[in-house]
Amino acid sequence: MSLYEAIQDVRAIYPDDSESAVLPALRLAQAEYGWLSPDALREVADALETTPAYCKSVASFYDQFHLVPIGEHLVEVCTNVSCAVVGAQQVVEAFEGELGCHAGETSADGKVTLRAVECLGGCGWATIVAVDNHYRTHVKADDVPAIVRELQGVSETHGD
Amino acid sequence: MATEVKKIVLAGTDDHDLTKLAEYEAVGGYKALPKARAMTPQEVTEELITSELRGRGGAFFPTGRKWSFVPSKEQIPKPHYLVVNADESEPGSFKDNEIMSRVPHRFIEGCLITAHSIDSKHVFVDIRGEYSGPYEILVNALEELKDRPEIRGDVTIVVHRGAGAYICGEETALLESLEGKRGQPRSKPPFPAISGLYASPTVVNNVETITTVPPIIEMGGAEYAKLGVPNTRGTRVVSLSGNVVNGGNYEIAPGMTVRAIIDELGGGIPDGRELKAVVPGGSSTVILTKDEIDVGYDFDSLGQLKTAMGSAGIVVLDDRCCIVQLGIRFSEFYEHESCGKCTPCREGTRWLTAILRKLEDGRATQADLDLLLDVCDRINGKCLCPLGDSDAIIIASYVAKFRDEFIAHIEEGGCPFGGESSLDHVLAPIAMHTHSPVAEVPA
Repeated sequence: MSLYEAIQDVRAIYPDDSESAVLPALRLAQAEYGWLSPDALREVADALETTPAYCKSVASFYDQFHLVPIGEHLVEVCTNVSCAVVGAQQVVEAFEGELGCHAGETSADGKVTLRAVECLGGCGWATIVAVDNHYRTHVKADDVPAIVRELQGVSETHGD
Repeated sequence: MATEVKKIVLAGTDDHDLTKLAEYEAVGGYKALPKARAMTPQEVTEELITSELRGRGGAFFPTGRKWSFVPSKEQIPKPHYLVVNADESEPGSFKDNEIMSRVPHRFIEGCLITAHSIDSKHVFVDIRGEYSGPYEILVNALEELKDRPEIRGDVTIVVHRGAGAYICGEETALLESLEGKRGQPRSKPPFPAISGLYASPTVVNNVETITTVPPIIEMGGAEYAKLGVPNTRGTRVVSLSGNVVNGGNYEIAPGMTVRAIIDELGGGIPDGRELKAVVPGGSSTVILTKDEIDVGYDFDSLGQLKTAMGSAGIVVLDDRCCIVQLGIRFSEFYEHESCGKCTPCREGTRWLTAILRKLEDGRATQADLDLLLDVCDRINGKCLCPLGDSDAIIIASYVAKFRDEFIAHIEEGGCPFGGESSLDHVLAPIAMHTHSPVAEVPA
């Protein structure tokens, strides 16, 4: 199914004269292209009979929409208080060390974008790390090298 | 106070996988629905009023009364909408995550009963974009109902995903977001019951509230109202996190003390540390000192201490936590999440962060502490929605209850924790936003 068709399907869920399909359509476009490029925004706008400017104004409001390219994988570490008091900052720093980039940046090989994010809603299972939008719980700094190897596509070697 | 409580919201989850329709039905699931449908919508609403259930999202508004505000279709000839607020994003709260993940069918049954009660055919569940896990569970549960028209009736349930914005937990911002706009709060009135989604009568309820509806219909409102304490009936699912041995969600009897929740359910403070403070109901609630935790966890008891259950996120902080740094981290959160629509919040939240940062760095004088409280006053009560207020209220409470620690930052020319605080140098997302200049506090 083309992106255009997928957007028409999601559009049919909502009342005819509403713009409600904008968020789901942006999500579909981002899944297709990895980020919301000017071309992607135009494609969404055309499919919804609105303007790229409107789509960008909406997309720029929400943290999960990427208006610049990101890596193949997205690692998001919650650094709000419940995670921070049990070591989220050490987890961020471990990722920075393994990936060789700062939070907010993408590793040089283009594989992984690292971000610190606000509360992910898993506070009792801290530290929460969302890897490509799926939560890992109770993550410690020691767990980080294995996660990075997994994302870099290097198979885990067992044993010590 | 006994720690054992008969579970209502999470009932059956200890022995059954209630994400499966067959198992939910085996424990009596989807029995309340025909019972409710045999009643008139007004009777269902009456039952909720009798139950004294109050909203679990944070505002604690009586649920039955909220439903009763929806006008008849003769008064306003438009479709009625039920919008479920599943945008749980309050730091410290993660109960709705677990409720949707473990009892999706009880939640859906609650949606269907509520839809009947407000004469609605359209339910939108607005779930935060980050909750991929609960989203998939909900979609699978709805899929299981595909061949069960007697359950679905003529009601459509749409699970609508957000895309990362705390403000969308505010009900009118949520409606804006659901209408495909930037999630900025509307001015009220009109209230959603009259003019909500698509300018139509709309009820917005929290996930836990909705999930409590089937058990209430099953046992009867009067029975439910016998549980708990006055003004806080039934049970409450609390989220426990921070410096506590067993973080997690616990369904408790209201009135249980905060101390018992931390020690008996949470297993106390790890690493042999001492308790310092407790955030009782999510980041937006007034802090409790270690000497205040014998308070009962209910509306009236916490109200006497000028705080609240909020969205029931209890964050436990041990003696390694610098209160100024706590203020910085939460204020950075509100600054990051301010939608920018009204000035006191947009400007005030970053001023609070900047002044607190000045204190933490040892560049502050007594005048800065006064300025901090002055900015709190200039925010509080002057915003469209509670986001800015929350930042102002909590920071003022930190100063009120830990003034000595603020003074120490001034007199010692920096943080008395000397880099040993559990919140030292935590990277907040706002710090990654290099494109927006940050306000400088004048020297």
